[in-house]
Amino acid sequence: RSCILVSIGGKNIMLDCGMHMGYNDDRRFPDFSYITQNGRLTDFLDCVIISHFHLDHCGALPFMSEMVGYDGPIYMTHPTKAICPILLEDFRKITVDKKGETNFFTSQMIKDCMKKVVPLNLHQTVQVDDELEIKAYYAGHVLGAAMVHIKVGSESVVYTGDYNMTPDRHLGAAWIDKCRPDILISESTYATTIRDSKRCRERDFLKKVHESIERGGKVLIPVFALGRAQELCILLETFWERMNLKAPIYFSTGLTEKANHYYKLFITWTNQKIRKTFVQRNMFEFKHIKAFDRSYADNPGPMVVFATPGMLHAGQSLQIFKKWAGNEKNMVIMPGYCVQGTIGHKILNGQRKLEMEGRSTLDVKLQVEYMSFSAHADAKGIMQLIRMAEPRNMLLVHGEAVKMEFLKGKIEQEFSIDCYMPANGETVTVTTNPSVPVDISLNLLKREMALGGPLPDPKKPRTMHGTLIMKENSLKLVSSEQALKELGLNEHQLRFTCRVQLQDPHSDTDTLHRIYTHLKSVLKGYTIQHLPDGTVMVESIVIKVSSSTEDPNTKVLLLSWSYQDEDLGSFLSTLLKKGLPSGLC
Amino acid sequence: MAAHLKKRVYEEFSKVVQIPHEEAPAKKLRLSKPSKSAALHIDLCKATNSTDALQYLLHFARKPVETESVEGVVRILLEHYYKETDNSVRLKIASLLGLLSKTQGFSPDCIVDDAINTLGNEKSHQVLAQLMDTLLVIGTQLPESPAVRQRLIEVACKHLSDTYFGVRNKCLQLLGCLGMVDTPLTKDNEGLVRDVQSIISDYFGDQDPRVRTAALKAMLQLHERGMKIHEIIYDQACRLLSDDYEQVRSAAVQMVWVLSHLYPESIVPIPSSNEEIRLVDDAFGKISHMVSDGSWMVRVQAAKTLGSMLQVSPQFLEQTLDKKLMSDLRRKRTAHERAKELFTSGEFSSGRKWADDAPKEKLDTNTVNLIASGACGAFVHGLEDEMFEVRIAAVEALCQLARSSASFAEKCLDFLVDMFNDEIEEVRLQSIHVLREISTHITLREDQLDTVLAVLEDSSRDIREALHELICYTNVSTKECVQLALLELLKNLNKYPTDRNSVWKCLKFMGSRHPTLVLPLVPELLSTHPYFDTPEPDMDDPAYIAVLVLVFNAAKSCPTMPALFSDHTFRHYSYLRDSLSHLLPGNGLDLVDSRCGLGSVESAQLFLQQSLNRVSTIQNLEAPGAQDLLDFTIRDLRRLGELQTELAGAADFCATYLRCQLLLMKALQDKLWNMAVPLCLKQNVTATAAAQQILEETYKLEFLYSGLDSRQVATIHHVRLQAKALQLILTARTRQGLDSLISSCEKFLQDIESFQRLFLTELPHLQDSFVDKLLELMPRLSSCKPVELVKILQTTLRQSGLLQLRLPEQTMSINSRTMRIHRATATIIEPTGESDNPLRFTTGLVVALDIDATLEHVQDPQNNVKVQVLYPDGQSHVIHPKPGDFRKPGPDRHRLITQVYLSHTAWTEPSQIEVRLLLAYSSSSTSLSSPSKLGWSDSIDSLPTPETAVEGTIPFSKPVKVYIMPKPARR
Repeated sequence: RSCILVSIGGKNIMLDCGMHMGYNDDRRFPDFSYITQNGRLTDFLDCVIISHFHLDHCGALPFMSEMVGYDGPIYMTHPTKAICPILLEDFRKITVDKKGETNFFTSQMIKDCMKKVVPLNLHQTVQVDDELEIKAYYAGHVLGAAMVHIKVGSESVVYTGDYNMTPDRHLGAAWIDKCRPDILISESTYATTIRDSKRCRERDFLKKVHESIERGGKVLIPVFALGRAQELCILLETFWERMNLKAPIYFSTGLTEKANHYYKLFITWTNQKIRKTFVQRNMFEFKHIKAFDRSYADNPGPMVVFATPGMLHAGQSLQIFKKWAGNEKNMVIMPGYCVQGTIGHKILNGQRKLEMEGRSTLDVKLQVEYMSFSAHADAKGIMQLIRMAEPRNMLLVHGEAVKMEFLKGKIEQEFSIDCYMPANGETVTVTTNPSVPVDISLNLLKREMALGGPLPDPKKPRTMHGTLIMKENSLKLVSSEQALKELGLNEHQLRFTCRVQLQDPHSDTDTLHRIYTHLKSVLKGYTIQHLPDGTVMVESIVIKVSSSTEDPNTKVLLLSWSYQDEDLGSFLSTLLKKGLPSGLC
Repeated sequence: MAAHLKKRVYEEFSKVVQIPHEEAPAKKLRLSKPSKSAALHIDLCKATNSTDALQYLLHFARKPVETESVEGVVRILLEHYYKETDNSVRLKIASLLGLLSKTQGFSPDCIVDDAINTLGNEKSHQVLAQLMDTLLVIGTQLPESPAVRQRLIEVACKHLSDTYFGVRNKCLQLLGCLGMVDTPLTKDNEGLVRDVQSIISDYFGDQDPRVRTAALKAMLQLHERGMKIHEIIYDQACRLLSDDYEQVRSAAVQMVWVLSHLYPESIVPIPSSNEEIRLVDDAFGKISHMVSDGSWMVRVQAAKTLGSMLQVSPQFLEQTLDKKLMSDLRRKRTAHERAKELFTSGEFSSGRKWADDAPKEKLDTNTVNLIASGACGAFVHGLEDEMFEVRIAAVEALCQLARSSASFAEKCLDFLVDMFNDEIEEVRLQSIHVLREISTHITLREDQLDTVLAVLEDSSRDIREALHELICYTNVSTKECVQLALLELLKNLNKYPTDRNSVWKCLKFMGSRHPTLVLPLVPELLSTHPYFDTPEPDMDDPAYIAVLVLVFNAAKSCPTMPALFSDHTFRHYSYLRDSLSHLLPGNGLDLVDSRCGLGSVESAQLFLQQSLNRVSTIQNLEAPGAQDLLDFTIRDLRRLGELQTELAGAADFCATYLRCQLLLMKALQDKLWNMAVPLCLKQNVTATAAAQQILEETYKLEFLYSGLDSRQVATIHHVRLQAKALQLILTARTRQGLDSLISSCEKFLQDIESFQRLFLTELPHLQDSFVDKLLELMPRLSSCKPVELVKILQTTLRQSGLLQLRLPEQTMSINSRTMRIHRATATIIEPTGESDNPLRFTTGLVVALDIDATLEHVQDPQNNVKVQVLYPDGQSHVIHPKPGDFRKPGPDRHRLITQVYLSHTAWTEPSQIEVRLLLAYSSSSTSLSSPSKLGWSDSIDSLPTPETAVEGTIPFSKPVKVYIMPKPARR
């Protein structure tokens, strides 16, 4: 499950609010007391962002907003907002109505929670408040999945949620621009996997289904309601269309129908092919796929049935499985991972006799196939995303520690950036190098420009003199005169003086003259004056010569310069310390 | 307000001054030409404010300007330019200057100075940019004057430091287009001599991405103009590959590609190691990297360029297909590798166990290279890309690379086969085409063939036909493959009976390619039995024909095979040889058929030549004998054409030509020529018809056959001229009106002249011919009276009737090039014309009729092919299909898939309409190469069509009948 707290530039943001499907007690929800022991969360969180509608990313949302108490904005994309309540409601029904649990959120709570949701569009920059802005990017994975770019001032974070870098039959690939965030928080489910091309798997899948249908067999595909199911539907639908097949395809009804409706609606979130062709025909308006009725399972002839749930542990898929298991012409295709203990897991491991409740056994004669269709980015995909976004730091979540360790090493090696992988409940602090915007007065800029030099190049830093005034939460860079005027202060002169001893047998005036000619030859382009009162002026720097009392050959030079001429002054003093060249007259 | 008033006063003032000043020359202009400049000038003077002036200018720009008045217009524009205060008007003037200097025949060197001067005190950056653009146009119009170029380059260099990106862009563009290729002479302000390249490359690091792009583009432009780009640029270009902006990256990809072609063998160091590799390999690696770029435009660009980098070393090339799979840090074999292994171990694909693809070896974590460094897996990514444009580009690139490297072709096979399953039809189609193109390099394994053949059930006809085409060229390795292919093709035939021809053709090639693989299958295929006679299969069964086609074609090069045939097989052979001669080989089965011993192309050619030689003796024969000889020869040639497809065009051409001669001969040999006019009316009718027919045939000869050379064309025209002469004589005999006779005489004389003009080079070959004689008499002809002319013609025609038939020479020449003459043909596949169900529709509304036809050897079908619909009442419609309806499945072949709309008033009962294809021609297209393109105006319609041009259409497909029934509208 995902639930991440980010503090950035003084803002607290919760990224995803998922639940753990494995637990049935309090552990299934995140521990919100971590944020605050008592009182509402609203005071501590600036916003909540939900990346997509999977329950491990949004399952705890009503609990948090209604039962713990949060009234701030919740951001999610339009499709997520549409589909999320369906899933939550379904989940609530199973937990409360079937398992009879109490102390769970109610339908009304889901509705109330959804009222707090602010929908997001792709690439739309939303100002949460004056400083905090978020922007959503396409993430593939499931309909409406998004990555979010969160920015406060010059600091930014990208949170990927779950994403997929390879396009599939109904969704495109994740994409992000070169936003160079300070930290990229990425899922890492497949941190150590590089997957084979999708085409092989698809082809295998279609071939198996096709062969089975031609034999006159029935094909059962247990699926979870949303996501992969739609992909497989599209896959089969287009294949049927292409190959002119007539065998019926059924989809067990339920919440899928509602969800399919949203798939039809949010065409812009799908892949290129569907987007381009929906004017002629919406790909989700299936021609060959019809709603399933319980009685159809006994119909003769070939058919393909999608049924829930995906692991054959209960429900319609199990019922159909029981009916069809006896015939070796039939086939079951498991499109995803099965948890240990489920029938799906057993048959995948080659068990041919199943014990059912009531001590009856079931002979499994049908063919069992496994086809993995997963929509997470693999290791290569993660690396590709890093290359796209060019983050300064990397943070891996949502994966197994050992696998993440490997990916972390790789990331550090390839991109030479820091990579973190915090455990649950652990906090990682990343120091950023924020740039502070400063207003600069136009006069100062113009003066700087007038000084000459090359045209300003935004890629190269340039130094300039000025006074920084911090006043009423704003920073200003102005010329020193203006600063004095503004602050009502008197100007103080700061002068540096410096003595340099010089071995020179000549008289004072001669020495002075020698210094004058020497400087004249070294410092071209500066005004150097030999004043009648026995001083040499370089710009505003005064040089005087006097013989030392002990040794007339040792001359003491007195240099004096103001603070503004520090550069030139220190240069002169080092120059003169080296002595005068002997060739001077 | 005050400023506005002032402006108005100023303008008023200028008007007052200008009009008397310019009035006189304006009038002068009006005398000599339609005085564009004057009109413009007056318009501009009338303009009271900038909006008006802009309107006038816009209006002005729509009309063309004559070459001679361009300079005047330019002067007026410039004059106004200096007065104008509004930026937009100045901008428009600047752009007009550019347009005007493009006018044909106008040399803009006289306005160079003025144009450069305008730059001097221009403040607006936009106008400055437009002026640079104008200078660019001027510069490109004056490629011959280096001095002007030099000046322009200097101007451009001066303005390169402008703060507005547009100006810098245009300057770079100008440098790219005009920069001197050989002389490094531009001086920097430090006195350094720098060449154009280093100046342009300075702007690779500009702050504006648009300028960076322009700099890269300018560099590419230099390259296109033949300048050798320095190798130093390579590093800079490589840096730009990681630019933030897509257009920069895209241009950089191109730049790197260009450099990799220029210096493929240079050695570049690999950063962070002391190894060195060839530049082309390095570039290949870098561009491969761009295949996984964030922007799809760049990805397309990168994938496209990869295809043409043929010099890359094989190990880099093969890396592009490499993608190491792993699962939980363990090496996993790809599905491809697994399939291969299964195949080699002889096991059938099980795929039943869950952990079938379980990872095996443990990977060393250090060796796994996650981010594709270099070329690694570029095509794997490209082929899986989200955008089909990228996928198509990748497929095309694969094709190009595979064509040049057999081992790579072998490797990319799996990936291409995978693409057969793409979701976009275009991609599928493209990958099938690609596989066909590289199929000479590859032999398909059984499992691969299986995947390929699975596509045969596709409902799209394009895909299926492309696949048939592919199978024609595919090599397979085992007899099981052949059997599998046959089975799948038969299945296809069963499912889509319309694919019949295509499937048979496919099996023909399959058989002739793999005779030894077919041999062991023969008994099974023909279901023969060693002891028992099996029932004779149905000869009309398309599936049986398909099997026979396969077997007979294999038997051609496998002499042992016929021994396995049963009697009825031989009978079927002779039947098929006759009915489907294009599918069956002509020789090899000598025991089967000796009747058409003349089978090979050579002997057929010999026969053709002999027949034509025979015709050459025609001069010595009496009239009826000559006619008979021609008749037989024509028949022989037609038959030859049917039997020998390679020679069909030539044979047909000769036959048609001879038919023209025959007709002419018949017409001339009518005994009644000397009779009085009223008596030979009937005779006249047939002669007129003959003349008309000859004319039609000559047009067919000229336009229906491709591969004719001018000699043949001259011969055709010659016959046409004879036919025209015949017509003229007939007109003179029948009609009394002298006026019409005079005009037709004149027309005929014109025809002779144009013939002479067109075929000047061919005249020596036409000695003693009709034309030759006519040309001798030409001075007399042109001065004499029509009646006299007709008489002369009549005698010449009759005398030369036999004499000029110097066919041998000409036909010999046809014969030597005989392989190249092709007849344009069209076959309408759909509608088939077999349906008994009328197409019903309501009168007044339209019904769409799908038309599907294949066209062979048609040049430029988009313009020439038309669909004609003939209604029973004699109405006929000619429909011009959209260019997009034509596809090109192979060389010299086109496919027309279109819809025609039918409509008619109500009928009482259904009736048939005829649909056929027409080939449009116009004789002007042969005489004039192409209409010269006009300048910047749009007055093309004024091009006069030559009077001699004859336009018409030739029906070149069999008409197909369609049953339709327009119902009266119901109230």
